[in-house]
Amino acid sequence: MEWFDTFFTGLWTGLGRVSLDTIVQGVLTGGLYALYAAGLSLIFGVMGLVNLAHGDLIVLAAYAIVAMVTAWGLPVWVALLIAMPFLFAFGFGLQRVVLNRTLRSGLLVPLLVTFGIAIIIQNGLLEVFSADSQRLRFGAIETQSIDLGIATVGVFRLLTLGVAVAVILALSFLFYGTRQGRMLRATSDSAEYVQLMGVNPRIVFAIAMGISFLVIGIAAMFMGVTNFFPTSGPANLLTAFEAVVIGGLGSLWGTLVGGIIIGIAQNIGAAIDPGWQQLGGHIVFLVIVLLRPRGLFSK
Amino acid sequence: MTDVPAPSRAAPLSTSQPGRGYTIRTGTRTSMVGAVLAVIIVLALLVAPGLISRGLLEQLVLLFVMIGLAQCWNLLAGYAGLISVGQQAFVGIGAYTLFACIITLGLDPLLAVVLAAIAGAVLSIPIGWVVFRLQGAYFAVVTWVVSEVVRLFAAKWQALGGGTGRNLPPAAKRGMFGVEWTSDFFDRTADFFNNVRGWVGLPPRGAFRSADAQAIIIYWAALVACVIIVGGVYYMLRKRVGLGLSAVKDGEIAAESVGVDLRRTKFSAFVFAGFGAALVGSIYFLLTGTISPSAAFDLQRWTAFVIFIVVIGGLGTIEGPILGAILYIVLQGYFSNFSTWYLMGLGAFAIVVMLFAPKGLWARSPTGSTSRCSPRGAG
Repeated sequence: MEWFDTFFTGLWTGLGRVSLDTIVQGVLTGGLYALYAAGLSLIFGVMGLVNLAHGDLIVLAAYAIVAMVTAWGLPVWVALLIAMPFLFAFGFGLQRVVLNRTLRSGLLVPLLVTFGIAIIIQNGLLEVFSADSQRLRFGAIETQSIDLGIATVGVFRLLTLGVAVAVILALSFLFYGTRQGRMLRATSDSAEYVQLMGVNPRIVFAIAMGISFLVIGIAAMFMGVTNFFPTSGPANLLTAFEAVVIGGLGSLWGTLVGGIIIGIAQNIGAAIDPGWQQLGGHIVFLVIVLLRPRGLFSK
Repeated sequence: MTDVPAPSRAAPLSTSQPGRGYTIRTGTRTSMVGAVLAVIIVLALLVAPGLISRGLLEQLVLLFVMIGLAQCWNLLAGYAGLISVGQQAFVGIGAYTLFACIITLGLDPLLAVVLAAIAGAVLSIPIGWVVFRLQGAYFAVVTWVVSEVVRLFAAKWQALGGGTGRNLPPAAKRGMFGVEWTSDFFDRTADFFNNVRGWVGLPPRGAFRSADAQAIIIYWAALVACVIIVGGVYYMLRKRVGLGLSAVKDGEIAAESVGVDLRRTKFSAFVFAGFGAALVGSIYFLLTGTISPSAAFDLQRWTAFVIFIVVIGGLGTIEGPILGAILYIVLQGYFSNFSTWYLMGLGAFAIVVMLFAPKGLWARSPTGSTSRCSPRGAG
């Protein structure tokens, strides 16, 4: 089998190219994946909703930022800040008007409704922005790099990882350190019982979705530094899912670790053969799922 | 389990057959009418190629493919409670097996279709072994990941065009089993069919070409595949597996407690769905004669729209997916010039159906709620 031979010789010579730098860059890529995954993990953890539109919502937010930047000539950061309240309101409204209706009817209905939303977003973006690639410009910071001693890393990528950690920290604080968080966790445990305490679970879920949309906005900005397309959503979603599943349901820090594992696996895959980047992530995901179906840090 | 009824009519305690405690009859009078109708429709479709245009013929192939896929997904989700978003893996496995058999082994395309379906069934076993480790939403995610892995491997298969894909050599279809016979048959019956065309007001058809015969053979293969899948799902649901699936659907723990082997029951549904998807997938790509990883493993086309078809038509019924597929093909014909708008409309329609008529259109249709021709699954 000629195919088999090339595969294995390729694998061995490729593994020789894996270095500490590969791992470090993988960790940084993992920061972006953790940002993709954090909002998904939050929603999954609080209300068990599998949001199949998550990847496309990130892309939609990125296009919104692009539109604001080109229309008003704003810096990207400012555009994101302006978009934030609208993102929260959008998430809140979507949950309140549409998604809350789906929660009582098992797994399939929310899956399909969010699938429908995903397809509407993808095709709407194709209609409005065409299939051309877009990207966000951040100026000089994009090309700066610093020497960490073990590897030279891009400042922007380091910043991405830092923001991912900050987002996870902020969400953890929100969950475990505030009254709102107590309400979220209580509603997650039992949407029936919290009503006895005068909490409206529908509002709580809508707030959770609003928060998830804030994270979506942040993820969109950091995704936008590389080219993206109206159809980039599903790939982002899949990576985010893998991070959430590896990390374990409802574990925010697990999601960060999951994102980093996928990032490292993809970088090792790419070092072996440029075509194996995605495959590396998927195979490590499948192996972990086979060994620990509930994820590494499930409660 | 409202409709696996009538054990009372079937005299559940009759012990006329020694060794078999009782029989369960799941048929009703409507189901008899339905069966007769189905036979008439299939017979009419068998001779239809003499009357309809090539374009319509190819639309019907797509219809049979979508019905087959929808029926398989319906078996998984509507009866076995398995929500897969990775069925495109089996469409792609079927397509790539077909091309491998024809191009590298030089087999007859129809034999290659049979082998493709077998490959789908065989590969669904190791795939099932992986994905059955997870349940619910995780199951959905892992089926998607597995289909991506299969796609990435297919893109590495240089003999079949790698990442860009390739075409079938035209000679392969020209020399296909039955081409001569079919040409001969339609040449001999040209007068008869032209008479029939005259009665229904169609112009007589032109000269019959080899490409027409190829399309007709593929059409027949698609029709047979569709009948095999619908019949197979129907048969499975009527037999032990189907009763087990209905019981599982109503309550997994209760079903296990009365002796339903959960894993085996679900696994057999998964293998059958893999077989069916590979079967119709290979036939579709035999018709188009061109393959690429992105087309063969298209999540949107082979799974997302299939899910919409099932859900809009009616999950857990046999009629629903057929109705949904017809609706999908007809609407696609109308909107093909506005494809992004069509897809947006389809997405919006699926959302509205899910929110306001979660049982699908079959349940809402005038006859659907009172009479049904099939064993019943998820409500």
